[in-house]
Amino acid sequence: MTKQTEASNDMAQEPLLTPTPQGLFCPRGGFHIDPVRPVARALITHGHADHARAGHGAVLATAQTLDIMAIRYGADFTATRQQADGSIAINDVTVRFHPAGHVLGSAQIAVSGAGQRVVVSGDYARQPNPACAAFEPVPCDIFVTEATFGLPVFRHPPPQAEIARLMASLAAFPDRPHLIGAYALGKAQRVIALLRQAGYDGPIHIHGALQKLCDYHIAQGIDLGDLRPATTERGRKLDARIVIAPPSAFAATWVHRFRDPVIAHASGWMAVRARARQRGVELPLVISDHADWPDLICTILDTGAGEVWVTHGREEALVRWCALHQIPARPLRLVGYEDEPE
Amino acid sequence: MRAFATLLERLAFTPARNAKLRLIGDYLARTPDPDRGWALAALTGGLKLRTVTPSLLRALAEERVDTELFALSYDFVGDLAETIALIWPAPDQGTDISLSEVVTTLQTTKKPDLPALIAGWLDTLGPSERYALLKLATRGLRVGVSARLTHVALAQHAGEDGPPADRIGEVWHGLAPPYPGLFDWLAGGPEPETQARAPFRPVMLAHPADAEALAPLNPAEFAAEWKWDGVRVQAVSQGGARHLYTRRGEDISAAFPDLVAALDFDGVIDGELLVRQDDAIAPFGELQKRLNRKTVTRAMLASHPAHLRAYDLLHWQRRDLRPLPLTDRRAALETAVAQIANPRIDLSPPVPFTDWATLDTLRAAPPDPVIEGVMIKRHDSLYLPGRPKGPWFKWKRDPMVVDAVMLYAQRGHGKRSGYYSDFTFGVWDGDALVPVGKAYFGFTDAELRDLDRFVRQNTTDRFGPVRQVKPDLVLEVAFEGLNASPRHKSGLAMRFPRISRIRWDKPAAEADRIDTLRAMLPANPLTSARGG
Repeated sequence: MTKQTEASNDMAQEPLLTPTPQGLFCPRGGFHIDPVRPVARALITHGHADHARAGHGAVLATAQTLDIMAIRYGADFTATRQQADGSIAINDVTVRFHPAGHVLGSAQIAVSGAGQRVVVSGDYARQPNPACAAFEPVPCDIFVTEATFGLPVFRHPPPQAEIARLMASLAAFPDRPHLIGAYALGKAQRVIALLRQAGYDGPIHIHGALQKLCDYHIAQGIDLGDLRPATTERGRKLDARIVIAPPSAFAATWVHRFRDPVIAHASGWMAVRARARQRGVELPLVISDHADWPDLICTILDTGAGEVWVTHGREEALVRWCALHQIPARPLRLVGYEDEPE
Repeated sequence: MRAFATLLERLAFTPARNAKLRLIGDYLARTPDPDRGWALAALTGGLKLRTVTPSLLRALAEERVDTELFALSYDFVGDLAETIALIWPAPDQGTDISLSEVVTTLQTTKKPDLPALIAGWLDTLGPSERYALLKLATRGLRVGVSARLTHVALAQHAGEDGPPADRIGEVWHGLAPPYPGLFDWLAGGPEPETQARAPFRPVMLAHPADAEALAPLNPAEFAAEWKWDGVRVQAVSQGGARHLYTRRGEDISAAFPDLVAALDFDGVIDGELLVRQDDAIAPFGELQKRLNRKTVTRAMLASHPAHLRAYDLLHWQRRDLRPLPLTDRRAALETAVAQIANPRIDLSPPVPFTDWATLDTLRAAPPDPVIEGVMIKRHDSLYLPGRPKGPWFKWKRDPMVVDAVMLYAQRGHGKRSGYYSDFTFGVWDGDALVPVGKAYFGFTDAELRDLDRFVRQNTTDRFGPVRQVKPDLVLEVAFEGLNASPRHKSGLAMRFPRISRIRWDKPAAEADRIDTLRAMLPANPLTSARGG
């Protein structure tokens, strides 16, 4: 306790990390973490567009995140890049990347300096995910957490149970193609991998926007089975049982190629009926790459952090929970991060 | 509860009728008795349970969850039962309880014991089952499953050798949930004896016709009467029980105690439910104020008295008249109405005619605004359930039409997935376009593609699945009637609006004005000055 109190006093003089309009900034290290605008030096937790942006002077990230950024933005997405591997000294601080269990390459970033350690979770998940490495709790003084699903109503069901619902629907409607909306990086590959785990070994058709990222997952050793492009000659209907596409495709004429489809959507938001209804979804699948409420809480406890900062999401509820459990917490109100984006 | 909860979940997100039938059929095939009977009763609103109030649920939740966390959650989810189902601290893989146990226990538990009972169940059930339980207990299951849809599902379940949906409907109305014997009968067993007095009989319906369809028919073989614009009902008074059913068999007696009191006879009358004042029949909008109510106020009974205009007689003094020709039934009906001698029940007068042209003139300009056309029935027609081809026709007044401008479009489902197929349209009020209705049919598949393209190329804003479009495209909208409605921004509500033509040629500025629509409103004998 004494040590933490001292650390808090130190921090009051010069914080290890501080929120700025560009994102979280480390004055001692001279870098930003997941900046939302171009900066000189950026540490990136994972490849989702709201965390990983193009145009920084230098980027430090996991090898997979660097690869994913190059796939999405082109090889010249940054002037210089460095692969995160082991402990790395940057000016007066040391940083280390730890798996976050969110998407392929995702990491938490531990920043140590002046006798204190802060862990920035980025987006993270505790449920096992066949498409990426598992989350690893890192003991720290301050835990900077996301709170996308930071309400006690969010308790994600086991993803296998959701896949079982999908399989039941395929059996109930064998003549209707099932179109599953899933974000191109991470969710799409996870849904495919879950289907394979469940024993579905038929072809899965994928929207063109998913091709490169699926190829990359396969190259990284994740078995996605028989994938085929969801393309067809103009005006022809495509015979396919399972099709994965970014949800935005369902608003496009692209969807006209399917006869009487069942529209499904894989997202943690699907737990709330009004959200599923707003999207016009017929089969909501509650599959999320974010920590649910019990996992947010269990992770805070696992890190042993004496203080919690909440970056984005439903921060009021998580801050309230911390207050009820005598853990100092504050919302950072960082702007520019989306709730489970599309 | 698990199978029921799963069914409920799928139905809630499935708009297409055939897909709903498939889901219900799968459930019936997999679920034992009496659970499936209770489930059908719950879906169709036929379950009489003690209602658990929202305040009881809220109190339960606040015993388990921090008030502030609950408030934040409720605010996000927007539905009390759903919030509690999701937030309730219980194992995610609970033990299951049968639907029958839930229903029978809820029926017998006394009010003070309800909180402990509900809490105990919530502690053992999984989240989806908790939701189903709470919706069941608060009578909040709104899944769009009509009794008729259920009968069709049951007929499909029975297979080709089983009874048809109409026959199932008739038996269904004579049974109380969970419909003992029903499933045995569908599987080839004996027909269950209906206990209910005053059951519903499947209604006979007419095919739409026009001058062309009628031309080859001999007018001398047909009788005609006005088609009144109310609600087609079946008034049953038998064995001491009285019921007012809609043509789909929904019991609406509770909303019309005044008319039910007038059913002082032994028989079954097919007629039109109307609201009357003095000698005039009020427009449909006035009748609508009395529909969908569990109770009715004394003021409403006085200002909007219910009336039955009799078309046909199915039963009279324990005699089934349905196998008799219309001429005989009509004669019996005239005698019956004279015997009843209650001003609330009168005869639908015959419309004499000699040739179709005369009838066409009458149809196009009926003597009362609450007439929506003529019914044409063969003199020798028996009373057959369903919509048999040939004996009965309806020839409607031409629909009203208005030229409106497309304002918003929403994506459809199933076969229309990815197409903008539901259109909100408006008319001019000064310099602004005010929305007056929504239509999602009337166009061909080819026209749908053109409309979809128009929406995509002219989108000005997006709200979820809805797009706002540049107000450029004129749609000719046909509709069956117009009511004043305080719930709509324009103050008007259209009945059965559909897109009759797409006016690619017409500039939006030449679309109709709101005054044109207001002039189409029926003169209202209840609210407008008398004597006019």
